[in-house]
Amino acid sequence: MQELIRYVILGIPVGCVFALVAVSLVLTYKTSGVFNLAFGAQAFLAAAVYYDVHVRHGWPIIPAFVFVVFVISPLLGFVLDRGVFRYLRGVSPIAKLVSALGLAVALPQIIQIWLGPGQAFGITGIWWDDNALYRFFGDYTLDGRQMAILVSTVVAVLALVALFRWTAIGLQMRAVVESPRLTELAGVNADRSSSAAWMLSSAMAGLAGVLLAPFSASLNVGDFTTLLVSAIAAAAFARLTNIPMALLGGILLGIAQQLLAGYLPPASLIAKDLKPSMPFVVLFLLLLFWPGLRNRREVTDPLSGADPPPPSLASASRSAMLTRSTHIFGVVFVAFMVYVILFRADAFWLSLLTGTLVYSVIFLSITVITGMGGQISLCQVTFAAIGGFTTAQLATAVGLNVLVGMLAGAVLAAAVGALLAIPVLRLAGIYLSLATLAFALMFENVLVPVGWIGGGIKRVNVPRPIIGPFDLSNNKSFFVFCLIVLVLVSMLVIFVRRGTTGHYLDALRGSETAAQSIGINPAKAKIVAFALSAGIAGLGGGLLSMKNGIANPDDFRFELGFVFVVVVVSTAARTVEGAINAGAAFTILPVILSDWLGVSSTWAFILFGLGAIQYARHPEGTLEAGKRQSLAFFQRQYDRLAARRARSAPDQSGDGQSPSPSQPLAVKS
Amino acid sequence: MSLLEARDVTKRFSGITALDDVSLTVEDGEAVGLIGPNGAGKTTFFNCLLGLLKPEAGEVLFDGKDITRYPVYRRARLGFARTFQRIELFTGMTVRDHLLVAERARLGTGRFWKDVLNLSKPTVDENERTDRTLTLLGLEDVAESPVEALSLGRARLVEVGRALMTEPKLLLLDEPSSGLDAHETESLAETLRAVQAERGTAVLLVEHDVEFVRSFSTRLSVLDFGHLIAAGPTADVLADDAVRRAYLGERV
Ligand SMILES: Nc1ncnc2c1ncn2[C@@H]1O[C@H](COP(=O)(O)OP(=O)(O)OP(=O)(O)O)[C@@H](O)[C@H]1O
Ligand SMILES: [Mg+2]
Repeated sequence: MQELIRYVILGIPVGCVFALVAVSLVLTYKTSGVFNLAFGAQAFLAAAVYYDVHVRHGWPIIPAFVFVVFVISPLLGFVLDRGVFRYLRGVSPIAKLVSALGLAVALPQIIQIWLGPGQAFGITGIWWDDNALYRFFGDYTLDGRQMAILVSTVVAVLALVALFRWTAIGLQMRAVVESPRLTELAGVNADRSSSAAWMLSSAMAGLAGVLLAPFSASLNVGDFTTLLVSAIAAAAFARLTNIPMALLGGILLGIAQQLLAGYLPPASLIAKDLKPSMPFVVLFLLLLFWPGLRNRREVTDPLSGADPPPPSLASASRSAMLTRSTHIFGVVFVAFMVYVILFRADAFWLSLLTGTLVYSVIFLSITVITGMGGQISLCQVTFAAIGGFTTAQLATAVGLNVLVGMLAGAVLAAAVGALLAIPVLRLAGIYLSLATLAFALMFENVLVPVGWIGGGIKRVNVPRPIIGPFDLSNNKSFFVFCLIVLVLVSMLVIFVRRGTTGHYLDALRGSETAAQSIGINPAKAKIVAFALSAGIAGLGGGLLSMKNGIANPDDFRFELGFVFVVVVVSTAARTVEGAINAGAAFTILPVILSDWLGVSSTWAFILFGLGAIQYARHPEGTLEAGKRQSLAFFQRQYDRLAARRARSAPDQSGDGQSPSPSQPLAVKS
Repeated sequence: MSLLEARDVTKRFSGITALDDVSLTVEDGEAVGLIGPNGAGKTTFFNCLLGLLKPEAGEVLFDGKDITRYPVYRRARLGFARTFQRIELFTGMTVRDHLLVAERARLGTGRFWKDVLNLSKPTVDENERTDRTLTLLGLEDVAESPVEALSLGRARLVEVGRALMTEPKLLLLDEPSSGLDAHETESLAETLRAVQAERGTAVLLVEHDVEFVRSFSTRLSVLDFGHLIAAGPTADVLADDAVRRAYLGERV
């Protein structure tokens, strides 16, 4: 009994930090429809600024605290609302999610660059003495950091209650949270309440960051990811709607974590790996089993309008003649590139461009699931990991041919994808993406450390295959091998997109209701998309491990899953060229930045992140938008030429005419 | 045995009862009208028939089979097709692809392995059938354009065509004439009559245009606030006092 009380008391402070971020999530989700995956990064930013002013510049605690929580954090919230999220109100849930993802990728990198190299040690809490001990009910003790959390949370909650009860803007926000549509109809200025909500929630995330920081020896992003995911779990517990429930959920989660740590046998593997990953497991289970989250398609985004029709691909608005010339140009260009790479490039560029091919394969999996299936999956890197580890284990531990291992890895990844899809597809939109995130985190924290999966501390080696006369340990042969794999996978994706499966998925994205009503089984089509996408990612993961010679868990960190999505959607998620361009950008841009421009290669991630924030404006991808513009230019020149020729020879007109560019007219109004 | 038999269907939305014990039958090849003022529950009834909404009580029989628990897509494959009051087209797809995808969904001939081997190009037979429907609806000239480029009237025709491609035994039409001008309405009615005569498709029609209903349907049911207030031969029902008060009265 005493033990129990001790764990509960220990758990409450941690839980309060989760709760603060959970409330932020719910508040912004309900007022602006954005599920802000960047709150972890915002908490990190607050902690970093606090570290800078308090530790580096020696400001006393109170000014530093006030500056961070009441100036910097709300300001960031204000800027984000005004600069980005305000313009996303009418867009699809996916566009909102992608923008938030872009921010979640870019912001930590910006902070890292600003903090500079080296570790940020020695951050202290806001209590006058972190190590002071306080006794409760006899012998239960809390230290200064924990007291700071308790007091701050109580004050924050009281302030929230007062705000929501007695101030006009608070009442408005409450109204919006409770029924966004009705309030909008009643003529409440949604812009004002959305700004206020963003500032308020950003301040709370900042508070959480400052409170959490002194618990680690040095500042690191990982803590804030755990914070974010725990908060997501608490928010899911509150069904993303109910603020008091979000508070309660956060606190319960904190307590549960301590209880689990206390009561599981300390030496067991489960205790070691499960404690830190408990929030991920809880989130996954909540998403699958918590009543009220399943089958609530219509409420997945409180403010969503109808999905705007995706603009047609650039290739749809060009004439046969232009298509032919771009194809010929494309083939010549690729042949020339391959020649240069094989016979002129040095070892460094050969390896880099082999990487481009490998990542292009992995990115094609996103073309399938996002471009064709219309879903944002955050666990593509996990499928790649499954492929990579399977290849490694089958080749090294079992002794199979490594090619067989690679295919087995792809098949296994596809099977896991299909299995995951079955429960996850009952969820929609944001919940589906969160479930894939939870799955990625569970895999990374629970399964990767296991010896026969991720290899534990030892890395598992991966040999290169020998095919007939070709020994692929020669890097040039391996490059050609990767090129062949990429071509095959590209053809697969193109064929499936053109085929019945692609049409079914297009139909489902256009209108799920109508698609069902002509006899398309939505679950089946989506499971096929998930499995295909997972299989392609698994194949890419196998290639990656072959290229590197080891299956390295660092190549498959879950954060990369964010980056992958962000890179692909910010180039072009719907075309095969888009995936290949994304592969090139992902591998080459960091090198250009660091070797040619002499800046940190992390700038690449910042650029990708900023590109994704643009997603709402160009849902087809920035690159695709540019391509469309330049194609339109060439088409105009071509038409003018054709017109002139037609004038001089009036009988021979008629062919080579472009279909008039489609007016994006909202059909579902 | 009726083609469609709905028995005592009841649907509630948190407090309001949108349908209260509504029963209705449609025989093979018959054209039945369903009218009622705004908010009477007509669209809700369609959604219950097709399985987009789960009714709280009552059952739906199709060809004598109890399909109350069937998912939407299985009902569609049994021979239901519908159009929507708020147009639901597949944005980004061409008109021809709308028809093709419906054809494939009906036959269930799409196979993933065929896609992989690039064997999923439309067959001669499929092209012929889509061409025939395009001609029937007068959509040949826009066959290759994306649906976003169409006018509302023609978009409705695409919905009708998509529904017809599934070769339904029963076609549910939800206010097909809304958004069409008089001329378009007339040609749509003609097309529907032709389809009905040619293929023996039964039709259940929800419509505000009383003339359309009068000329098209042999039997008529009237909904008002979720209650069925009249049912019978069209002429009798339209002459009924209660119907005139509830429905026609407010429109004269
Ligand atoms: N998803 C829903 N949630 C809550 N109430 C609903 C829902 N769908 C319909 N209703 C309500 O059910 C009632 C019947 O609506 P329905 O759309 O079926 O009417 P209708 O007869 O089709 O009207 P109209 O002629 O305007 O199309 C209305 O009061 C409507 O507000
Ligand atoms: Mg209606």
